[in-house]
Amino acid sequence: MKKPNKQSLQKMMAEYEAATSPSVMHQLQQLAAPLKGARVLHINSTKEGGGVAEILHKLIPLKQALGIKADWEIITGNQEFYQCTKGFHNALQGMRQSIPEKLLQNYEKTNRENGERLNSKLKEADFVFIHDPQPAPLLKLTPDRKGKWIWRCHIDASKPYRNVWKYLREWIIPYDASIFSLPEFAQPLPHPQYIIPPSIDPLSEKNCPLPDYEIKNIFTEFGLDPQLPLITQVSRYDRFKDPVGVIEAFKLASKLTPLQLVLAGGGASDDPEGEIVLNEVKQASSGAANIHVLLLPADANRTINALQRASDIILQKSIREGFGLTVSEGMWKGKPVIGGDTGGIRLQVIDHYTGFLVRTPEGAALRTRYLLHRRDKLEEMGMRAKRFVRENFLITRHLREYLTLMLGLTNEDDDRIEVGNV
Amino acid sequence: MQNATGEIQKKSPFAVKDCALITIATGTKVQNLKEFAAALRDVPIGSIYHHFWGRLLRALFDEPEYNNDFASWASRGLHDKNLAEQLSMVIPTDYKDMEGLRQEMVEVVEQRLDESEFVPWAKADQQFHFLKSQIVIFDTGIRYEHPEELVPQISNMSTGSIYYHFIDARNRTDERYDDFSSWLNGFGNEFEELTRNLCAMDPYFSSLKEIRLNVSNIFQNFFTKEA
Repeated sequence: MKKPNKQSLQKMMAEYEAATSPSVMHQLQQLAAPLKGARVLHINSTKEGGGVAEILHKLIPLKQALGIKADWEIITGNQEFYQCTKGFHNALQGMRQSIPEKLLQNYEKTNRENGERLNSKLKEADFVFIHDPQPAPLLKLTPDRKGKWIWRCHIDASKPYRNVWKYLREWIIPYDASIFSLPEFAQPLPHPQYIIPPSIDPLSEKNCPLPDYEIKNIFTEFGLDPQLPLITQVSRYDRFKDPVGVIEAFKLASKLTPLQLVLAGGGASDDPEGEIVLNEVKQASSGAANIHVLLLPADANRTINALQRASDIILQKSIREGFGLTVSEGMWKGKPVIGGDTGGIRLQVIDHYTGFLVRTPEGAALRTRYLLHRRDKLEEMGMRAKRFVRENFLITRHLREYLTLMLGLTNEDDDRIEVGNV
Repeated sequence: MQNATGEIQKKSPFAVKDCALITIATGTKVQNLKEFAAALRDVPIGSIYHHFWGRLLRALFDEPEYNNDFASWASRGLHDKNLAEQLSMVIPTDYKDMEGLRQEMVEVVEQRLDESEFVPWAKADQQFHFLKSQIVIFDTGIRYEHPEELVPQISNMSTGSIYYHFIDARNRTDERYDDFSSWLNGFGNEFEELTRNLCAMDPYFSSLKEIRLNVSNIFQNFFTKEA
């Protein structure tokens, strides 16, 4: 990853100070002071697409701006590797998966190769953050490591498919700690399990303020009707995001309330199932008026930003969800969110306050109709949603918790840790 | 008057500290009231602290119906409003230490179990997960010699500072006061009214931002009146 220069890092810090508050940034600087010079390495399997990559794109320069030697590497593999890790992903979210031995062997071989390539960085780092199952074996493959290793699970692992979890657990047990997004996702493991929800970046192209004309242009660009209410779900084409359920909800709601739906998604380079699900979605929406299925490139961040801002309501009707960054993204734009009553969505959507939690397409249809009928409630919930994200789900909070964790890990047994001249 | 590190604070400058909290799963989760009672006896004492106070530094909506996580679960998970109300009225500062608080919680829950014809239970996705936290405390380097100097500054303090001085202080000092009151007491009777107003503040239903605003207003009003 290209290292930004000191001036641009300072400028970035000033921008975050403007987006949050001086006290938030001052606190980060003080927490980071004892960690100055520490080598921190993050490893995942993709630099583009998906929430993990998005978070790391900003977390790394922020850590660097605070004097930490943060670095980010990815592991790469062949198609079979991603087929295997997609199987892990589905299994951790509770789907029965039978992963052939051949794929497991390829998974281990791929990790060995990546481990050799990254060996010097892995063994020298003071803290290594391994994201999700793809690079999990790297710890056992780095026997001469000296730092603290943390496994960061971004997936809703509340009810993993046991056979696959039993296999993965063996790689994860030796870690010094793991991180889950919600307490419900934590698994019995012999090390501390920290709870850290993810976050959004208020300054990124996906979340920064946009000029009105750019939002209005969205209607022309995608053939949308500016006179019709717009509901939008932004997410990868993945069955757990239930895009077909969203179409069903739209069809039910639009019987009584004229509206239009946008399903906007892209593929992540480590998700081989995206195309299959996209075809299912196209089939479900064929012949229906006012449904717009968009396949957007990984860098279409401003387009997604504009789509969310142009929408009246944001949907995230997932049936399993690690966190659901698109929920916070929508809320940050002052929109109420109708979300699946599952996983991390529950943390963001406070039922009847920042949106609605639903379990069925009927539920999503009902709440859509209600909000479009009660514009006053829609506005009120949207305002609360934005405030809630400002206080809880911005990247500055996420970074504060990572810094606290690093300090915590170096003082493992203490509930109270005093740093500096306390 | 002593602070956490045992330093004498009397008339010494007010040292502004800050803190950050990180949540850790204890691995204990329960689905019914009997399991809850058993777990309450056994979980690390830090877990009791976390579910009473740590919530203030977590994602929390503005108007919590109940003022601790146990009461919230009794209501939302077990649908037992009676128990939720009773658990809500257990006030941590009424007890000498966290162990005393734990005992009272166990008493309340067992009493409820005695009254119940069956054991109240929650759905599988509404289990109670016992959490604890690690708190990292650091010195901001900021010092105030006189209470009046605090007036324009409180509103700029981080929520971590407010948590440390106003909430955490009640659990770490023998007097069970917030740090502002402890420090003001060191000036004799001069700021008695200010201390009284601070002590009269009920922090249980407020977010840290609201507490900051209230503390700031109390200081502001006192010194405006004085002037």
